[in-house]
Amino acid sequence: MQQSNGMQQEPTISYRKALRQALREVLYADDRAFLMGEDVGRYGGAFAVSKGLLDEFGPERIMDTPLSESGFVGAGIGAAMAGMRPIVEIMTINFSLLAMDQIVNNAATLRHMSGGQVGVPIVIRMGCGIGRQLAAQHSHSWEPLFAHIAGLTVLSVGTLEDARWMLPAAMRSDDPVVILEYTSLLNSEGILDGNVGSVDIRTACVRRHGSDVTLITYGTGVPKCLAAAERLAESGIDAEVLDLRVLRPLDEQSILASVLRTHRAVVVEDAWRTLGVGAEVSARIMEHAFRDLASPVLRVAGVEVPIPYPKHLEDAAVPQVEGIIEAVRKVMS
Amino acid sequence: MVDRFIMDAATAKGLLHQMLRIRRFEDASAEQYSRGNIRGFLHLYSGEEAIAAGVMQALRHDDIILSSYREHGHALARGIAPSVIMAEMFGMADGCCRGRGGSMHLFDVATNFYGGTAIVASHLPMAVGMALAIRKRDEHRIVCCFFGDGAAAEGTFAESLNLAALWSVPVLFVCENNQYAMGTALQYSHAEKDIAQKGRAYGIESVHVDGMDLLAVIDAMRHAEAVVRTARKPMLLVCNTYRFRAHSMFDAELYRSKDEVVQWKRRDPIDVFTTWATGCGLLTEDAVAQIETTVANEITEAVTMASQGDLEPVEDLERHIYATE
Repeated sequence: MQQSNGMQQEPTISYRKALRQALREVLYADDRAFLMGEDVGRYGGAFAVSKGLLDEFGPERIMDTPLSESGFVGAGIGAAMAGMRPIVEIMTINFSLLAMDQIVNNAATLRHMSGGQVGVPIVIRMGCGIGRQLAAQHSHSWEPLFAHIAGLTVLSVGTLEDARWMLPAAMRSDDPVVILEYTSLLNSEGILDGNVGSVDIRTACVRRHGSDVTLITYGTGVPKCLAAAERLAESGIDAEVLDLRVLRPLDEQSILASVLRTHRAVVVEDAWRTLGVGAEVSARIMEHAFRDLASPVLRVAGVEVPIPYPKHLEDAAVPQVEGIIEAVRKVMS
Repeated sequence: MVDRFIMDAATAKGLLHQMLRIRRFEDASAEQYSRGNIRGFLHLYSGEEAIAAGVMQALRHDDIILSSYREHGHALARGIAPSVIMAEMFGMADGCCRGRGGSMHLFDVATNFYGGTAIVASHLPMAVGMALAIRKRDEHRIVCCFFGDGAAAEGTFAESLNLAALWSVPVLFVCENNQYAMGTALQYSHAEKDIAQKGRAYGIESVHVDGMDLLAVIDAMRHAEAVVRTARKPMLLVCNTYRFRAHSMFDAELYRSKDEVVQWKRRDPIDVFTTWATGCGLLTEDAVAQIETTVANEITEAVTMASQGDLEPVEDLERHIYATE
């Protein structure tokens, strides 16, 4: 590495590589852990997240599965019930509905239905998001579907830090955890603060402090809201960006704490507006902080259309920085 | 066929006790349902007792069992107390799932009994996964998974059999073919009516068994032991049987003739076994009568205990959703 003026440059890391490091850490840490999913081994992962892991850990720890989402997610649940710590990768969220019965009726349900006897410590990871011109069947933002299910913990990986440390935290849970990773962020790079070391999977996180308005978001909304906040700062509006991170159970306390400081909120998400995470966040603010609001909560969300293939229409279907800025100006006026 | 000299009187007594306990328990369940003490869906196992008794006698305490929603018989044969199951169906806190599951969701980790699953075939992949965990840890136990002919039409059935064979895991699939998926006869559900063929298509050794004949089931289990426990491979046992009662308490039985039911009842597995065991001198008529009395007392006691149980406090509604609560 080249060194200039005596300062050592910190290495940058990609979101993809951070996810891979997380996988390596948990596979080394616990013999009971194994990764299974379509093309995770010999192919190296559909998005190259698990590239090289088959060589490093062998076929018992990195298991290629056939195209049987219900089958291998169910098998992961069974393995978890029998004392293993499976990490099941569903290649993309688009295929998750094929396993939805297993996730909803078994993983999320068994502990309660068995009167506390049967825990399901499974981690289910899936790539998701909109914005790569993959058309309606491959461009989904179904966070609200998972966040609706009692019994699940649902995580949304919006930053490099969470890409690196959410999985180890999820592996410490004795309950089913769904981790939503965003394919459009895989190549994003940054410097990882090595001092962080771990994250919790209970709380939302303020990614930018501000005093005038709170932008509440998750996933790909995080970089968009941070970009919008920078632009707003140029015109003297100081926006706070709250990354929800954990979509279930929702960290209501952090949401209310921020809104009670700023008195204004805009919720931003790629998911369709109707019954989205934003609807829930907005309702909770109304229930608990209505009298502290200087302006009604606004939502910037996906347009209610199956996502079309052409770039200009796809862009128009999901929130963009311009739209977020416009909404903030509205709540500030 | 099992040689009568291999079975001793105590075993014969025990097996008849198992089957009679299931039959009388189901009679009591129906009665308690009509009294309003049991609600929700109730699916009775009457007529299929030889399968639960015959399969379960071959399993070890550390083997794992999964079943469908018609699982009272399996739970009883596995050794869960009748009173605990009855209390579960009464919705009481002393039920095996603290009343949270009811008839279709009996779980008891102490006996390795993992449901009680009411989405047809959805427990098959879980059985494969539990067997995978067993294989990975190189344990000697096996998984036994009960389901019906209706489940064999689900996509998840196909996925599960393929995974079990592909991963070579020690799981015994027991298909209780009672000829009807609720009210739809096998011929209207399956183009290939021989369910064992479906197992063979996935490379799984699959055999037919007369599910009305306890001795045939016991005999089949000897072979299953060799395949699953010793050779560590999956196997499919298709037990042909018949449910004597309706699908559930809401079923008017419009889809089958009374004559058909009568024909099958002539092959009542309890009668068939009793006739054989008394005929070859393993059981006396007195012994049979004694078992009847014991069972009657067990069931009366189960109902009494269930009706005297306590309900879960409403304040505990949100407990057991996550491990920490």
